Amino acid sequence: MSLTRSVTLEKSGRPGTRSGGPSRLRSKLRLDGWGLLAVPLLVFLLVIFVGPLCLLIAKSFTDPTVGFENYQKIFAEPLYLKILRNTFVTALVVTVVTLLLAYPYAYLMTIAKPFWRTILLLLVLVPFWTSVLVRTFALVLLLRDTGVLNTIAQDAGLISEPIAMLRTLRGVVFGMVQVALPFAVLPIYATMRGIDTRLTQAAQGLGDRPSGAFWRVFVPLSMPGVAAGMLLTFIQALGYYITPAMLGGPKNTMIGELIVQQVSTVLQFGFAAALAVILLVTTFVLLAIAGRFMNLERMLMGRS
Amino acid sequence: MTRILTRTGLILLAVVIGAYILLPILIILPMSVSNNAFLTFPPEGFTWQWFEKLKLDPTWLDAATSSLWIALLSAALSVVLGTLAALALVRGRIPFRGPVLMVMLAPLIVPYVIVGLAVYIAFLRIGLTETTLGFVLVHTCLGVPYVMINVCAGLVAVDRRLEMASMNLGAGPVSTFFRITLPAILPNMLAGALFAFITSWDEVVVAIFMSGPTLTTLPVKMWAGIRVQIDPTLAAISSLALLVIVACFVIIGLGRLVQRLFARRSLSSDSTGA
Repeated sequence: MSLTRSVTLEKSGRPGTRSGGPSRLRSKLRLDGWGLLAVPLLVFLLVIFVGPLCLLIAKSFTDPTVGFENYQKIFAEPLYLKILRNTFVTALVVTVVTLLLAYPYAYLMTIAKPFWRTILLLLVLVPFWTSVLVRTFALVLLLRDTGVLNTIAQDAGLISEPIAMLRTLRGVVFGMVQVALPFAVLPIYATMRGIDTRLTQAAQGLGDRPSGAFWRVFVPLSMPGVAAGMLLTFIQALGYYITPAMLGGPKNTMIGELIVQQVSTVLQFGFAAALAVILLVTTFVLLAIAGRFMNLERMLMGRS
Repeated sequence: MTRILTRTGLILLAVVIGAYILLPILIILPMSVSNNAFLTFPPEGFTWQWFEKLKLDPTWLDAATSSLWIALLSAALSVVLGTLAALALVRGRIPFRGPVLMVMLAPLIVPYVIVGLAVYIAFLRIGLTETTLGFVLVHTCLGVPYVMINVCAGLVAVDRRLEMASMNLGAGPVSTFFRITLPAILPNMLAGALFAFITSWDEVVVAIFMSGPTLTTLPVKMWAGIRVQIDPTLAAISSLALLVIVACFVIIGLGRLVQRLFARRSLSSDSTGA
């Protein structure tokens, strides 16, 4: 992962690390006065955040009996496999739709004037900072058969019967893409901004048409951002709970909803923990892949 | 010609995306003052009755009060822990910096369903579920990365020559920190605190695991209501919850404006990078 790569670079670049042997190790482990200030947060997160996650992993192998029983159950039952497949399919559809919207949006951001760029940036961050619950509730009012969109479309004579959106994959995707947009737009925009415009100009100078220069030079250069954005979108989409639970029907159940159900209705903690571990491992594997395309540290740190 | 067409197409697309993003939020306010009990469109008449109904049901007020306290306390704790960590990350030397940073940013990545389940299992054993303390502890994990990110951005922009000047003039490191560094990063700390506040105020997934009859937060109560019946009082409470967030952003915006004005007045050549 580039995250660790940049860190090792920074470390070896510091003076005092050149001497080999135990002193090198000691200097690596040295913590100065400023560094000590990280200890409170680190301890806090290890106790409140990392500890429970470890407990969760342990629980998935020990509750109710020791072994892989919970995992075998997931892969033996067609219903659970269907939910897992549905989770991946939904996340994939959301990722593709998000990319189709995010790419031109990010491109517009790169060519816009600074004022409009700020407006576009703030706009795409709105879903990130407004309550998922409020937004999804509003989407129900918008999308249901007697809702805003169907009423307007019917009054305008566009459709004769209301189009069913709630309890369908369409509705779920409509709701999830909103939340996913910032995760795609930001990395794509970050990559596009770094592309040297002289390269496309050179292509045009060498006789290519503007559209040719765009497709043959600009688009390939923006691909790392696209890859990182797609992976981040996909990762986020896998773990959603509120939006699919509210806008989708029983057919659209995703892994998040299944986890909550297993805990709240049947109290199968070990089984729920196993599902959560599968989601967790998938998240980190995909994240490691995304890290190959993008400095995740910088991306996360530059978000707000 | 194609260039103009492309630009027009892109701008149209941005307008459509903007409408798509803003529509749900813009729809909530008129719906919450509509006279129609079935929340159909277009809104009919004007009424405060759904807000009045909220006032009559004390459980809404209880949930809102709990949410407010939890959000305030976790924002406060996040600011302290996050600012200290940011100082360490920007100024200090930390062994295993990569893994340490990963732990600190992990709450941004791990799906909330997993956090909720893990913390629920852990807290159930020690009786921290359905307590304000339990909520504050979890929500601090979720909010602290935003404080760290914001304060790091502020610290990088602080002109260290000012600190050296202060030390040269005889101030100790602690005094220098409180008189020079802290005022410079205060707007970033405020922004981080408000982001942490919003994260806690809005958070529903982890809260669903942690809530119970003894303690329920506002989002969880809304969630329970929405699952039973779509009701105009829910639109009313949604608009109120939304207004709190808008207020937070107005404060963040003002903070950045003030910071920029000060940066322009002081003679440092580079921007604050806010």
